[in-house]
Amino acid sequence: MSSVLSSKAGDKAILLGNEAIVRGALESGVGFASSYPGTPASEIGDTFAAVAKKAGIYFEYSVNEKVALEVAVGAALSGVRSLVSFKHFGLNVASDSFFPVMYAGVKAGLVVVVADDPNCWSSGQSEQDSRYYARIAHVPMLEPSDSEECKEFTKLAFELSEKFKIPILIRLTTRVSHTKGIVKLGEMKKGKTKGEFDRHSIRFRSFPPQILETHKELHEKLRKIREISERSEMNLILNEYKKAETGIITFGASFNYVMDSLSILGLNWPVLKLGITYPFPEQTIKKFIRDLKIVFVVEELEDVVEEKVRELAKDANPKIKISGKDFLPASGELNVEKVLTALMKISGRKIKFDLGKHSAEFNKLKIPARKPMLCPGCPHRATFYAAKVAAGPNAIYGGDIGCYVLGVFPPLETQDFIFSMGANVGIVHGMKKVSASNRKAIIFLGDSTFFHAGMPGLINILYNKSNPLVIILDNRITAMTGHQPNPSMGKTGMGETVEEISIENVMKGFGVKNVKTVDPFNVKEMIASIKEFLDKNEPSVIVAKRECRLLTVRRARKEGIKLPVFEIDQKKCKKNGICLEQIGCPAITKENGTYKIEKDLCNGCSLCFQICPNKAILVVKE
Amino acid sequence: MSEQSNTRGERMKDFNLVIAGVGGQGILTLANIIAEAALMEGLDVKTSELHGLSQRGGPIPCHVRFGKKIYSSVIMQGEANLVVGLEPLEALRAAYFGSKERKTAFVLDTWRIVPSSILTQKEAYPSVKEIESKLKDFSSKSIALNASGVAKKEAESVVYTNVYLLGYCVGKKLIPLQKSSIIEAMKKIIPEKYFEMNRKIFELGMKKS
Repeated sequence: MSSVLSSKAGDKAILLGNEAIVRGALESGVGFASSYPGTPASEIGDTFAAVAKKAGIYFEYSVNEKVALEVAVGAALSGVRSLVSFKHFGLNVASDSFFPVMYAGVKAGLVVVVADDPNCWSSGQSEQDSRYYARIAHVPMLEPSDSEECKEFTKLAFELSEKFKIPILIRLTTRVSHTKGIVKLGEMKKGKTKGEFDRHSIRFRSFPPQILETHKELHEKLRKIREISERSEMNLILNEYKKAETGIITFGASFNYVMDSLSILGLNWPVLKLGITYPFPEQTIKKFIRDLKIVFVVEELEDVVEEKVRELAKDANPKIKISGKDFLPASGELNVEKVLTALMKISGRKIKFDLGKHSAEFNKLKIPARKPMLCPGCPHRATFYAAKVAAGPNAIYGGDIGCYVLGVFPPLETQDFIFSMGANVGIVHGMKKVSASNRKAIIFLGDSTFFHAGMPGLINILYNKSNPLVIILDNRITAMTGHQPNPSMGKTGMGETVEEISIENVMKGFGVKNVKTVDPFNVKEMIASIKEFLDKNEPSVIVAKRECRLLTVRRARKEGIKLPVFEIDQKKCKKNGICLEQIGCPAITKENGTYKIEKDLCNGCSLCFQICPNKAILVVKE
Repeated sequence: MSEQSNTRGERMKDFNLVIAGVGGQGILTLANIIAEAALMEGLDVKTSELHGLSQRGGPIPCHVRFGKKIYSSVIMQGEANLVVGLEPLEALRAAYFGSKERKTAFVLDTWRIVPSSILTQKEAYPSVKEIESKLKDFSSKSIALNASGVAKKEAESVVYTNVYLLGYCVGKKLIPLQKSSIIEAMKKIIPEKYFEMNRKIFELGMKKS
C-alpha cells in the first residue's frame, strides 16, 4: 500500500487494481473518500485508510454503503472531489440515493467505484452484474481491464464528472481488483479538501416539476458523453480490421483472455476493446461491425453488450452473425480456457494440448475439498457451539453476512438462511409471526452488520412484537473483509480514537429489557444465558463480546506474550470425538484413530478444553 | 528467460508460477517478492490473488506471470512452469496447472495442514508419497522438502517456510530471475526488522539446492 503514496511520478510500481484506483484518485486531486468494506472492493478503502493522513485528505469507513455514498455526495456538493467504493451488493444498498443524485448532479467530481464478483469468490448471495445499473441510473460507466487502466480510468472519470457535473461509475470485477500489475505513476495533484455548500442553488432540491427538467438534462449530458466516447482512446481497435471477416468486441478482464487466446491460436482478428461501456459508443460499434461477417462478443455474466450489438446490427449490418453467449457461459467468471475453446470452435483452429483430457485426468485425482472455515480460536465457533447446545436441533438459526457465515458448514450448521446484510432480522420476525408453535429462534448478527442494516429490523421486532433471541457476534472489528474498524470499537478509518458506541446501550435505548454481554469463551455462562433468554416472551439480546482471535494472536506476537496452547492427554482421551466432530476446529485432527491438536495451529481459545467430558485436554507446559 | 519447449510452439516465453497453500502461509508475500524482482529485471508482470471469504482457511492459489507482455493474470491449465506448494494437498490441487508437456516442476513443503472437513466427512488425506506419485502425470519432476522443519528449527516459526522454498527454487534455477534481484525485492517487501532472518532462511534454501 505504501507505494501508492511514496513512489514518484515517472516511477513504475506494482499495484493491485484496487490500489491503482486510489493512486488515480490522488493524481486527480481527490479530497474526500468513503467506503463500506466489501470484497472484492475492500482494498480501495483500506488503501485510502493507510494513506489519507499523509496525503492530507479525508477518509471514512461509513456505517453502510448508502451512507458512504451520501457523505461523498455531501462533499462533492460542497466542491470537494470525492470517491466512494463498495462491492456490488453495496450499490444495491446505496441505490436509493444514487438515482436522484444522478438527476441533480454534483458540483465537484464524484466517482463511484463498484466491484463485482463473478464466480462468487467472496460473495455468497449472487453473481450480480452491476452493469445494468448504468442504464437504470443513467450513469456513465468505465470498465478498466488492468491496474494501469484502473489508474487512468479513474483520472478520466474525475474529468468527465467535473465537466458534466454528474457522478461517474467505475465497474471492476474480482480479477481486475485483485490482480497486481505494473502502473506508470503520474504527478500527484493537491485538490481542495474544504468547500461550502451553496444553499441557494435550487437544482439539488429534487422535486417535481423540476425533476422532469433535470431528467431531460441528464439525457442531454449522456448524449454529449456518448460523443466523447465515440472519439475516446478508451474505446480502441487492436489489429487491422479493414479486410477482416471476424472481429471481437470485449472489455474489462475478458479483454486479457481474448488477447491470450488469439495469441495461442496465432490469430490476428481485430478486437474492439471498450473502455467506456455506457453510454455505448454506438457509431464506433456500427463502424466496427459494418464489414464483418462474424462478430464475437466476449463478456462475463449477462449479455449486456451482445444485446446492444444485436440492436445496432439491424441497422449497420443485418447479415452479420453475432456470437457471444452461444459459446460462453452466462454464469461463473471467464478465463483463457473458456475463451480459447470458443475461439477454436469459431475459427476451426486447434491446439495440440488436449484441455478436456487434462481436466478429466485432474478430476480423477478426487482431491478432498478444503472449504473456508472459521479460524482456530474464533469466538464465533464457541458461540455457535453454545447456541446449539442451548437451543437444540429444532430451533431456527438465522444467518447473515460476515465471517460467521462460515457457520453454514458442518459440524456447526447455524446459518439456516443467508440473504443480505441484516436480512436475518426481518425474516426471523416473519417466521415467528406465522409459527404456530412459538418456535425458538436465534438471529446471528455481526457487530458491523448490526450497525449496517441490523437496527431497523430490530426496532421492527420490538414495535411489532415477536420474541427471538438476537446474538450480536461482537468480535470488535469488521473481520471478514480484512479487519476494518466499525462504530463499536472506537476507532475511525483515519485511525482516530472516538467514543465506542455500545451495542448493549443501543439495545437498552430501544427498550430491550433482556440484554446481556457474555464472553463466548465462557462456554457455561453462554449456554445458560441463551437458555434463559430463549424462554422469554419478549425479544432479548446477547452481545457475544470477544475480539477476533487473529487480532489477539497478532498483538500477543508483537508484545511477546505467549498464548496458551492445548494438547490432548492420550491416556485420558476416550476418543468420543466431541472436540473434533462438534466444533470443527482446524487445529484438531485425527489420524489412525488418535485425536491430536496441531500446536502450530492452536490459537488457545480453550473451547475444546472446556467441553471435553473426560478432561483430557490440557494446556501445554513449556 | 525460460526457453522451455511448450505445447504450442509460437508463444509462451512467459514464465508461469503457481504458489499454492493455505491462508496465513505467506503466499502473497512470496508473490510480491517475485513480482518486484521481475519488475527490477525490466519484465512485465502480473499476479493474481483472492481475498475475503476464500482466505478464511480455504485454499489460496496465487499466480505470478512475467515476461515481455502479460495479459491474463490467471494461468491456464497445464501451463505452469513451476508450482511452489506450501502445503502438500494444495500442491496437489495445483496439479491442474501442471503438465508433462510444459515440464512443470513442483517444489513442496511436507507439512500437512489437514482440513477438518476431511475428518468430519471421513475422507482421507493422501500421504506425501502418494501426492508425489500422483503429481507424476502433471509434471516433469517434484521435490518434497521439509522446509517448515528448517524454518521452525532455525527461526522458531513456520512463517519462514516460504523464503526457504524461494531460496531453493532460485538456487536450482527453477525461477529465471537473478538472485540479486530477489534479494533487492525482499529488502523492499519485507519489513526491515524481519529482513535478516528471512535472508538467512533464504540462503539455507539456496544451499539445499
